Amino acid sequence: MSAQSLLLKEAAGPGQDLNAQALRADARRESLRLLALLAPSLFLVCAIIIVPIGWLFWLSLFDETGAFSAANYARFFEQASYIKTFITTFKVAFIVTGACVLLGYPLAYMLSQLPRRAASICLIFVILPFWTSVLVRTYAWLVILQRKGLINSWLIDLGVISQPLSLANNFSGVVIGMTHILLPFLVLPLYASMKTIDTDCLRAGMNLGAGPAATFRQIFFPLSLPGLASGVVIVFVLCLGFFVTPALMGGGKVVMWAMRMEQTTSLYSNWGAGAALGVVLLVVTLALLGLFQWLLGARATGVWSSR
Amino acid sequence: MRGGAKRRPAPSVSAREKTILSIAPSALPISMRRIEKRFGSVPVLRDLNLDVEAGEFLTLLGPSGSGKTTLLMILAGFVRANGGSIKVGGDEIITTPPHRRNIGMVFQNYALFPHMNVFHNIAFPLKQRGVAAAETAQRVEKALELVKLQGLGERRVDQLSGGQRQRVALARAIVFEPRIVLMDEPLSALDKGLREHMQIELRALHRRLGMTTVYVTHDQREAITMSDRIAVMNGGRIEQLDRPETLYAAPKTQFVAGFIGESNFIPVESRNGSVWYQDRLIQTGAQTPPAGPHLMVVRPEKLRLVTATEPSTGTNVLDATVSDIIYQGDSFVCYASLSDGRQLTLRDYCRSDVLARLPAPGQPIMLGLDAKDTILVAAEG
Repeated sequence: MSAQSLLLKEAAGPGQDLNAQALRADARRESLRLLALLAPSLFLVCAIIIVPIGWLFWLSLFDETGAFSAANYARFFEQASYIKTFITTFKVAFIVTGACVLLGYPLAYMLSQLPRRAASICLIFVILPFWTSVLVRTYAWLVILQRKGLINSWLIDLGVISQPLSLANNFSGVVIGMTHILLPFLVLPLYASMKTIDTDCLRAGMNLGAGPAATFRQIFFPLSLPGLASGVVIVFVLCLGFFVTPALMGGGKVVMWAMRMEQTTSLYSNWGAGAALGVVLLVVTLALLGLFQWLLGARATGVWSSR
Repeated sequence: MRGGAKRRPAPSVSAREKTILSIAPSALPISMRRIEKRFGSVPVLRDLNLDVEAGEFLTLLGPSGSGKTTLLMILAGFVRANGGSIKVGGDEIITTPPHRRNIGMVFQNYALFPHMNVFHNIAFPLKQRGVAAAETAQRVEKALELVKLQGLGERRVDQLSGGQRQRVALARAIVFEPRIVLMDEPLSALDKGLREHMQIELRALHRRLGMTTVYVTHDQREAITMSDRIAVMNGGRIEQLDRPETLYAAPKTQFVAGFIGESNFIPVESRNGSVWYQDRLIQTGAQTPPAGPHLMVVRPEKLRLVTATEPSTGTNVLDATVSDIIYQGDSFVCYASLSDGRQLTLRDYCRSDVLARLPAPGQPIMLGLDAKDTILVAAEG
């Protein structure tokens, strides 16, 4: 009896599992193999993201003479032109994102409700400009919007206006051009998320007594929010670093962050100041992404709470 | 509050309670006349007429493509018919938009709102009707009790199991006391055990609340288990509308006989006022049908093994050879072939007297079918 209980104790004791050592070694080997498989991509991430950004950050800590200083960052608070550029950039980003939402939501909604064939044909019209060069499209807008452009000459011919409207080479030109270029970035993720909304959910809403408008407000819209949010984030972040369109359509009057960077590095060859601009843009963008993430997370876990 | 008493979650319903509960004020009859629906030029429903009695549990049963789901969608108002009339308690609703029909519906995939928790899902129809917050809370709580989900109101939909979602969908469909409840294959996503359990529960719930229920399924066993009456649909028409036991015992067409329960068909001929299988006289419980070819419906459980010594009055005896015998524990299945090669299936329980004289494959046997169990249907195409 004592021999039997001893045997049981041994079998149940810690570290006494059958083949325990071999199994542990096998587990170790497996994690090593997985790490080896991951190594190329880890190296790539390091080489093309972490190293350049670290270098950028490092560069931003030296002034023009090569001395270690925080002058590049202090400049943001001292020089009014930097603050103005910063404000302009965010103003453009907010207005363009807002315009994209106002134009893109109804468009995506329409696409999502169309029969499959019609929807894919219409989607081509959304994607087609996407494949055309940004530069070409921006010049096309200049042709349309300038003082003697298509819109102004038509409106004058029709007698709607007597003086040409200033549509290009200013703030509104920048907003129009950027909205056009960034619209697909909002429409595509939004359309994709709208397509995943279960039509039975909408039917259930109506069946339970909600009219078409109430069903849209209480069911369709909240369910389309994740797609809208990802579209908004993409458009907003792209706006913050946008260069070609504001440079061409702004007529030198609208200076955005990326244009400032370009000036600082290629015109004044001040790499430290340019790097500082890049770092600030990166930090602000990451902070915004974090904020969106947090808001979205709250949305997803929180329950429906109208009223 | 109207209907407050009938929501009490009593496990068993006393006779006195039942008389109060079974006549729900919200139960109304449905009368469908000449419903026509075509998708393009393809007819889906053809001159369909159906009356559902107040408080009845009626099942639309049919294979996919038979039009049963389309009919349900027309009833709910999601699909517009090409023609016809639907009257609920005498009021025409064929052009009423879905949100004004006051019909509860349980969807196949439940269609719970993923952005709302259980409470808000069930409160949704009450909110649309402007029910005050306090009363809403009370009614949702009662609906949750009714489907045995007390205390789960704060759960998110994605935290629920399939069976629980099913119950939430059910609670949401009945919390506003609709005059009619529609169910579109609500149990098809559940596994077998849970499905059978929910069938019993749905049946009990219907008995307590007494709402007029139209249920769609392609599962004949489910239809037989739950329904007061079954409308068997095929090709956009109702082939037969009857109580389950009548449908099973007296199918009117080959399709119904084949769809409900297991059947083998044997071609027979009616001539000179009697029915013949080859040169053998077939006795039937019913009147002899008009002259011409017919099909004899043979259910596996109605057949039995007979011996030559048994008296054969009132029994049709067929000579056959055993092809295979399959032992299934509680029962056995015997596949036998007739002299013309036609296959018949016999199923019986494994009582010891039957087991004792179980034939072996290749052995000739005699299959007995009582005259009163002998059903004839018209031969189709």
